[in-house]
Amino acid sequence: MGLISNGTTLLDGGSISSGLAGSMNLIKTVTASSSGTISFVHGSSSVVFDNTYSVYCIKGINIHNSTSDELGFNGSIDTGSNYNVTKTTTHFYVIHADNGTQGHLYYNASEDLAQATGFQNLTSASQMGTNNDDCADGELWIYNPSSTTFMKHFLARFPYMDSRSPQYVYDCYTTGYFNTTSAIDAIQFKMGSGNIDSGTFKLYGVS
Amino acid sequence: MGLISNGTTIFDAGSLAAGLGSSMTFIKKITASSSATISFVNGSSDVVLDNTYKEYLFTFNSIHAGTDDTGLTVGFRDGSTDYDAPKTSTFFRATHGEDGTSGGVAYVTGADIANGTGFQRLDNDFGADNDQSMSGYMHLFNPSSTTFVKHFMSRTSTSRPANRVNDIFMSGYCNTTTAIDAVQFKMNSGNIDAGDICLYGIS
Repeated sequence: MGLISNGTTLLDGGSISSGLAGSMNLIKTVTASSSGTISFVHGSSSVVFDNTYSVYCIKGINIHNSTSDELGFNGSIDTGSNYNVTKTTTHFYVIHADNGTQGHLYYNASEDLAQATGFQNLTSASQMGTNNDDCADGELWIYNPSSTTFMKHFLARFPYMDSRSPQYVYDCYTTGYFNTTSAIDAIQFKMGSGNIDSGTFKLYGVS
Repeated sequence: MGLISNGTTIFDAGSLAAGLGSSMTFIKKITASSSATISFVNGSSDVVLDNTYKEYLFTFNSIHAGTDDTGLTVGFRDGSTDYDAPKTSTFFRATHGEDGTSGGVAYVTGADIANGTGFQRLDNDFGADNDQSMSGYMHLFNPSSTTFVKHFMSRTSTSRPANRVNDIFMSGYCNTTTAIDAVQFKMNSGNIDAGDICLYGIS
């Protein structure tokens, strides 16, 4: 049964009409709880990560770690069997200490990748703090991951508080591409060491 | 016909009630195919670019150039048929090579505009290998204002001809109090070979 109002079809065939439901479509929420990894695998646990959408966004909210380290991510071309896709990336940050010192912008050559398969850090070398109120928040945009023609670009921004005293706010900018023409069908997040103590990861498809 | 649930109007007059549904609304997708320009013109081809929304978002998805060393640019229409609204802008980028060299972040003086009417770069020129492309986004704020200048800001990721990645930040304003009613994209030279540009309204 459909629903038509003033000549406009609002509901039909089990779907809300295009343009009414909005374009940021929440696909999956995963809550960390002393988690070694957080993964979004296409076709698993209701995750969609294919050509259904041409742009995907993953938001990390209140990501808290149990040991001081960095949050990283990687992609997979074999539905999560391996997270080791070749990447070339940039990484820079803006920092400022909570005592008012050290405000500056810095390119961090130790955090970028050149045709490497390891995890790309979204936070930086001064590791995330572990105080109860310390956390990282941010978003990762991935474009056209199912393309078998183009390399796949991604853009990320993750601010966080580091583990030093005085404590610094870091605003980290990462971008790059998965240098493969194979489809990316899974994304995984993990800490450099230890677990993701708590936090929420949300996967959206942009239609 | 409307739909009222527990005293709350859900649908009426062909529209979802305000506050229901999402705040990001898809307006238009244009797919390039050896296209000289891609234009979003208010009132044409189902495009809305007026005071319906206070903010608009363009996404660039796997934009592929027809030739090496050319980049995507943007122009804004402010009352005539030309996309020549005056702009002042900033432009900086981070870069890193696949060979591990050239990592750094820097302001790019040659890519900014000082009250100029030419098209604004959205990226450094990118490569035209079959697998190379550019992706990213651009926000445009309150284009219909006749009081304020119109701010825009973008971030794009590109693969350079020399096999480098660039992370490019561009921002600025259309220095006019005339409403912006159309936005056009084109390459520095040659055509937009392939790729999608989508327009969203943010309510």
